[in-house]
Amino acid sequence: MDPKDGSSMKPVWAEEFSVHAAEDAYVQRRQFTKFLVMTSFGMVAGNAWIWLKAVTAGERTEWPEAIVARASEIGPGTVRFFSYPGPHDPCILVRRTNGEFAAFSQKCTHLSCAVIYAPARDRLECPCHEGYFSASNGRVLQGPPPRPLPQIRLARRGDDLVAVGLVPAEAE
Amino acid sequence: MKGLSNPARRRRRVAIDAAMTMIILVLMVQMWLLTATLESYLAGHRGVAMPALLSTAALFGVCAFLYRLVVRVDRMQEPAGASRAEPSAGPWRLDRR
Repeated sequence: MDPKDGSSMKPVWAEEFSVHAAEDAYVQRRQFTKFLVMTSFGMVAGNAWIWLKAVTAGERTEWPEAIVARASEIGPGTVRFFSYPGPHDPCILVRRTNGEFAAFSQKCTHLSCAVIYAPARDRLECPCHEGYFSASNGRVLQGPPPRPLPQIRLARRGDDLVAVGLVPAEAE
Repeated sequence: MKGLSNPARRRRRVAIDAAMTMIILVLMVQMWLLTATLESYLAGHRGVAMPALLSTAALFGVCAFLYRLVVRVDRMQEPAGASRAEPSAGPWRLDRR
């Protein structure tokens, strides 16, 4: 199939590149448009998934109770780590410098880094991107976190500090 | 390119370019809507899910309409005597034997 031999057969390049360049570009843009529309449908599917989750999940009303720590064992400015409500939900119990207790999810609402308590400033800090949260209610003080830290509701029974649920987001 | 010198074809290409640009803009709005809805949902605001779903579905309708427009324009018959793109169009020369 050598074009030099003068035969009427197609040369190799014509078989390998058998499309017309201009028409090929024309069709590819249509295909690209189709791809964009399919991506648009993917966005709809994503929103539908969120809506389904919102409809089916509902508000959780019953929470387990878990003893977190003994109050007498935690001094002002110190913390205790625990898991609540499940074993894979890390939380932090803080005894603030003024003596109050507060507990929060330890996952930063930005990218889920672990927050730490800074007693000198009486706030929770995320070391990854310098997001700061209030130690009184988990409100965002500074940085990229878009939402407050989920706050754990605490009850005191004698010397025990008991986690009894999460503070609803709307109430924050 | 000889194919692009055809005015009818050039107009069609402009129409397709405009439709594609519109679709890309709509898609960007949809992406923003999805992330904002997810953010709101994670923050516990579940009431925004339904309006966001309706909005993004409407935007998808716009995209689908524009896509149909692109297909329709693409399939329009060229006027008689109009030249189509030659195989030699492009940076290289393809000699026919």
